[in-house]
Amino acid sequence: MLYALLCYHDEAAVTSRPKEEDDAVIAKRRKVTDPLAASGKLAAVIRLMPTTAATTVRMGRDPVVLDGPFAETKEALLGVYVVDCPSLEHAIELARQIGREEKVVFEIRPVRRFEPQGKTA
Amino acid sequence: MSEIAWIDPLLRSARPQAIGALLRYFRDLDQAEEAFQEACLRALRNWPVNGPPRDPAAWLILVGRNVALDDVRRRSRSEPLPDDAELSDLGDAEADIAERLDNSHYRDDVLRLLFICCHPDLPAVQQIALALRVVSGLSVKEIARAFLVSEAAMEQRITRAKSRVACAEIPFEAPGAVERAERLAAVAAMIYLVFNEGYSASGGTVHVRLPLCEEAIRLSRLLLGLFPSEPEIMGLTALILLQHARAPARLDADGAIILLEDQDRDRWNRDMIAEGLALIEKALRHRRPGPYQIQAALAGVHAQAARPEDTDWSEIDQLYASLERLQPSPVVTLNRAVAVSKLHGPQAALAMIEPLAEPLGGYFHFFGVKGGLLMQLGRAEEARLAFDQAIALAHTPAEAAHIRLHLDRLIKESQPA
Repeated sequence: MLYALLCYHDEAAVTSRPKEEDDAVIAKRRKVTDPLAASGKLAAVIRLMPTTAATTVRMGRDPVVLDGPFAETKEALLGVYVVDCPSLEHAIELARQIGREEKVVFEIRPVRRFEPQGKTA
Repeated sequence: MSEIAWIDPLLRSARPQAIGALLRYFRDLDQAEEAFQEACLRALRNWPVNGPPRDPAAWLILVGRNVALDDVRRRSRSEPLPDDAELSDLGDAEADIAERLDNSHYRDDVLRLLFICCHPDLPAVQQIALALRVVSGLSVKEIARAFLVSEAAMEQRITRAKSRVACAEIPFEAPGAVERAERLAAVAAMIYLVFNEGYSASGGTVHVRLPLCEEAIRLSRLLLGLFPSEPEIMGLTALILLQHARAPARLDADGAIILLEDQDRDRWNRDMIAEGLALIEKALRHRRPGPYQIQAALAGVHAQAARPEDTDWSEIDQLYASLERLQPSPVVTLNRAVAVSKLHGPQAALAMIEPLAEPLGGYFHFFGVKGGLLMQLGRAEEARLAFDQAIALAHTPAEAAHIRLHLDRLIKESQPA
C-alpha cells in the first residue's frame, strides 16, 4: 500500500527559521528517509513553497481564480497532482480541464523541491 | 531547556497578531506589550504541560487580556490572581475565540500595528527600530547591534518613537477601503526600509545586518498572507526575496562589494529566486503594475541569467522605462543608463546621464556609474575625477573599497607596461 504523509506545521515559524536550523531538520529527517530511499520504498519527497505563493482555483459553473491558499475547512484534502508546467497560467488552465464539471477546488502550490525516490533531482 | 525550545518560534510568529489585537483592546502600545509579555510567561509554564494550543495567537490574546483585566480588578478589589491550574481550562474558550479570530479579523489589527510604526513624524531609522521592537519582537540589544549604537542609545530612540506615536491619533475602527490601501502602501514602504537598512549596511558590517533583511522577508510574507490579492505586496515580497537571494555572493572575504556581473551565481539562493519568480508571475495576472512589481521583475531578469552575458538588457531597459513612467526619478534614469550602455554603448549612456549631474550631485552611485562609463570610453583622467567624487560620497567602507578597485585598475592601465 502506498501512503502519503502530509506535513502540517506553523508556517511563519518554519519559513523564518535560519538556514542552518532548516538544514539540521532536513538532515535529521534524512536519517529516516535515506534508508527508505535506498530500499526503493520512498516514492517522492516534495517540499512546497509558502502558502503566499499559492493560487486557488474554485471550480463550478464559473471557475474562480483566487490568490492565496485554500482556506475552507469543509472540504478535505483528497488528492494531489504534481505537474511540470511552463507557467502558472498553464497550471491554472490544467486545473480547469481536470476539474471540468466538478465542484472541486484546486490549490496550486509551486514546488520548492522535488526529489523523486527521495534523491535530489 | 530544549524541552521548551519549540515554544519560542510559536510565540514569535504569533506576536504581530497578538499584540495587534491587544492594542485594539487596550488602545495603548505599552499596555499591549506588557500584556503580551505576561501571556508569554504563562505560555512557557502552561504549554509544556498541556501541549501547544490550536491557535497560539488566540490563546495569547485571551490570556493577555484576562491577565490585564485581573490586574485592574486586583488593584481595585485586591482579589487574588487566578493560578495556573485555572489557565489549563482555557481549551473551550480558546476554541471559541479561534473561530471568531479568523484571518480577516487579525488583518486590520496587524496592519494597524505596522502602520503605527510608519508615523510620518518618525524618521526612517526610528520607524525601522520601532517595527523591529514592537512587531518583530527583537530585543533592544539586537536592534542596537544592527544599528551599531549602544543599547542605551537605542532604548532611548525607541522610547522617544513610542511616545511620539502615542500622542498621534490612530483610529481604532476598521479602516475603509481607501484608508486600508493607504496604510498598506505606507507599511510596504516601511518594510522595504527595513530591508534596505539591512542590505545597504550604511556604516555597518554585513553579518550583523542580515537579520534585518530576514526580518523584512518575514514581515512582507506576513503582510502578503493577510492581503493575498495585492499585487504590489506580491511585488514587494518578490523584490526582497530576489535581492536577498544574492546576499551569499555579494561580499568577498574582506567585506568588499562584488558587483552583480562578477558574483559567483552558484552561490545565489535558488529557493528564494524560485519563490520570488513565482510571486511575480502571480502578480502579473492582476495586470495592475506598480513600482515594487517592476523592480521585482528587474531583479528577476538578473536572477534568470545563468551568466552576466546572458542578461536580457533590452527587457531591463523596457522595465526601467515603465518605472520611469510610473515613478519618474533621476535614480531610475541612472539605472536605465546602465542597461543602455550594454545595448547601445557607453557614449549613449553618458549622454543620458549628463542631465542628472545636478539632481544627483550628492549621490555616490551617480559618480560610480559616470566613472565606469568614462573608463570604458578610455577617458581615464575624467574617470578618475568621477571615482574620487564617488569615494568622497561613499557611505560604507565596502562602497569606497569597490570604487578604489576601479581606481587601481585605471592607475595600472595608465602606467607604461
